[in-house]
Amino acid sequence: MSTLVNFKIDGVDCLAEAGIYLVEAAAENGIYIPTLCNIQGVKPRGACRICTVMVNGRPMTACTTPVTMGMEIQNDTPEINDIRKAIIEVLFVEGNHFCPSCEKSGCCELQALAYRFRVMVPRFPFLFPRREVDASNPKIIKDHNRCILCKRCIRAIKTEDGKNIFAYKKRGIELEIIIDPELGGKITDELAQKSVDICPVGALLPREKAYQVPIGRRKYDIEPIGIEDEKK
Amino acid sequence: MATTVQNIIKKYNKDKTRLMDILIDVQSDQGYISKESISKIAAELDISHVDVEQTMSFYHFFSDKPTGKYAIYLNDSAVSNMMGRQKVKETLEKETGIAFGQVTRDGLIGLFDTSCIGMNDQEPAALINGHVFNNLTPFRVKEIIRDIKEGKPVEQMYTSAYGDGENRNVLVKTVVQNNIQKKGPILSEDYIPGIVIWKKLPQMTPEQVIEEVKKSNMRGRGGAGFPTGLKWEFCRKAKGEKKYIFCNADEGEPGTFKDRVILTERPKLLFEGMVIAAYAVGADEGIAYVRHEYKYLKNYLENLLQGARERNLLGKNIGGIEGFDFDIRIQFGAGAYVCGEESALIESAEGKRGEPRDRPPFPVEKGYLDMPTVVNNVETLCSVVKVILNGGEWYSKFGTKDSSGTKLLSISGDCKYPGVYEVEWGFSVSDMLEMVGADEENIQAVQVGGPSGSLIGPDEFDRTLCFADLATGGSLIIIGNHRDLLTDIVLNFTEFFVEESCGSCSTCRNIPYLMKLKLEKILDARGVPQDLKDLEEWGKILKFSRCGLGQTAGNPILSSLRNFRHLYEGKIQMDKEYDSEFDMSQAVKASCEAAGRVPILN
Repeated sequence: MSTLVNFKIDGVDCLAEAGIYLVEAAAENGIYIPTLCNIQGVKPRGACRICTVMVNGRPMTACTTPVTMGMEIQNDTPEINDIRKAIIEVLFVEGNHFCPSCEKSGCCELQALAYRFRVMVPRFPFLFPRREVDASNPKIIKDHNRCILCKRCIRAIKTEDGKNIFAYKKRGIELEIIIDPELGGKITDELAQKSVDICPVGALLPREKAYQVPIGRRKYDIEPIGIEDEKK
Repeated sequence: MATTVQNIIKKYNKDKTRLMDILIDVQSDQGYISKESISKIAAELDISHVDVEQTMSFYHFFSDKPTGKYAIYLNDSAVSNMMGRQKVKETLEKETGIAFGQVTRDGLIGLFDTSCIGMNDQEPAALINGHVFNNLTPFRVKEIIRDIKEGKPVEQMYTSAYGDGENRNVLVKTVVQNNIQKKGPILSEDYIPGIVIWKKLPQMTPEQVIEEVKKSNMRGRGGAGFPTGLKWEFCRKAKGEKKYIFCNADEGEPGTFKDRVILTERPKLLFEGMVIAAYAVGADEGIAYVRHEYKYLKNYLENLLQGARERNLLGKNIGGIEGFDFDIRIQFGAGAYVCGEESALIESAEGKRGEPRDRPPFPVEKGYLDMPTVVNNVETLCSVVKVILNGGEWYSKFGTKDSSGTKLLSISGDCKYPGVYEVEWGFSVSDMLEMVGADEENIQAVQVGGPSGSLIGPDEFDRTLCFADLATGGSLIIIGNHRDLLTDIVLNFTEFFVEESCGSCSTCRNIPYLMKLKLEKILDARGVPQDLKDLEEWGKILKFSRCGLGQTAGNPILSSLRNFRHLYEGKIQMDKEYDSEFDMSQAVKASCEAAGRVPILN
């Protein structure tokens, strides 16, 4: 039998099962905490930092922090939201994101968040890095220009015997995602599809299957990101 | 070649958690880690190719291309630059005919930059195939390159006498100097190795040991200052089939080198501290994670561990205590500052990338191989021996109320006597300057606590070193009036953070880099007042990073903006609101010259 705990988000009394992550606990109470690297059912990583909330005065990522009794959480405040907006902007400037020419436009979580946080012009200068498209895999096209290094593919996609197909390479501003030449080459259709589906941006795309849903009828064309949680 | 790699893998029992050791051995044996080696390692350890590549590509001292028969890594710390690095670098390039980052065509010499190697008291310094060459001058560089071209083995290239103390031990033989300038309870010579294990531990329960450490009020010496006794208690109470004691000897904060001196002169004290910690928390295995830069101490340290086993200070029924079994192994890093963060250090020791973990859970609950783990700083573990030997009360008399005991300071920069000083907490910056032979009138700033700490000016020299005021892991860099603070110190430190970010947080991966670009713009005299505001605002974003590295990566700029704002204001265009950073006449210069035209710019 699970125990329920009381906690507060922005002064609102909430109730959730002890030990579940704050992101889920908030959603169960109809409160949206924006996430980008998080994906349900996969061990969280706290890579994008967008879900950062203040827990008893300290910044903590809501996707990795379990809820405990009596927690006082600040989520929707001007200070926190401005840093979240800055993080979205920084993800735009560190890569090359040209939404109009991107297959993921309309169902891209980064783009949807940018709309939600009303990003107009980033406060940072665009870095315009020189990045490569890797089309060596038979089923997936990897476009490093659009990658936000959220680690979703690394964490969620494994072979049947638990081996990694995706991994990080290098560190810092040179960080990138790589696909295992051997295991990636033998990836099943199902796993290839899954990796494309979980990519929040257009960094992993399927071969020969673009634009199956017309722009204008895509997920975030219909309703903004976060509405689902808030409707609960 | 394949057989050597095969043998290395076999040496570590095909254990994928020993991937670091395997890569270190392959790199050192072959000068690089080839694609074939990666495939071989992946196949033998039954992990994917990208698993090997992700660990390998994370660490500075691993390379997928040959690094030269003689790989020269020249320290790029701020103090190295202050002590004449530029001329040494130029001479290296001139004598070898290559630029940094390159290898000579014949594959003989490779030149590389590297972050602080823990030799700030004897700069400029370099590592050549792991051997330290200190106090470099252009003359010395010419000698070295000449020796290399003659094919001399590195160990025969030293021209000065070996350093003091154990630096001349037959298993060390290095020119590194200890520079111990002031001794206290930790560095004092009146220590009999094993005394606590033989005389004290058998009469104490683990709980009593923890109680004594708590009584001493000791706080971790790595910088964060978590109470040591409490950490041990948490770990003792945590459930796990096995428990581990880690010694964090990955001191990477630019300007610290006190662990180097402890590892050289008091390693037995350190190992005894690990044994005490093991007894207190009930641990079976200890790992001393030592930074790659100190690999020249490997044989020496391993020999001491063997000696300890022979004298029953390690192994089974230690000190005659029935059922107290504990042993220590040394794990070397491979060049990553972030591994000094305890959970990154654990990841690294498991053979992975040194990325800090999300917390909770904390290492005391789920650490190495998901088992309860204590990670303590070298100095903390050494202090513990004295606490148990003389009692917690005795120890708490040193220092101040909130910061008990002594602290080892690594002092470098513009002073007469750089080196290691053991002082009581509560020492003022002013006294420190006097102690090291620095004339306060000639000093414009002191960097307290390394790049992640704070840069303070003369009006704050009366502040004291303790957790309540200026907390520090012990790196103090003294900066004379003649230095260009923003270029020599602030820019260098910011570049350090850019270089050392693991990159897994969006914030720390990008913000320091963006701040560096802005600082360069200011140094280039193109800054405007808004740029200073931007830097302050951007710095706040870093507080959303996971670990201490990310959270403090903006400190060089933020603390200098706070305390030396006039230097920034002197560089920017105070009367201008916007600067496009674009110089049209410069941009069209080459084409105008080619066409023989004079540019007409409105």
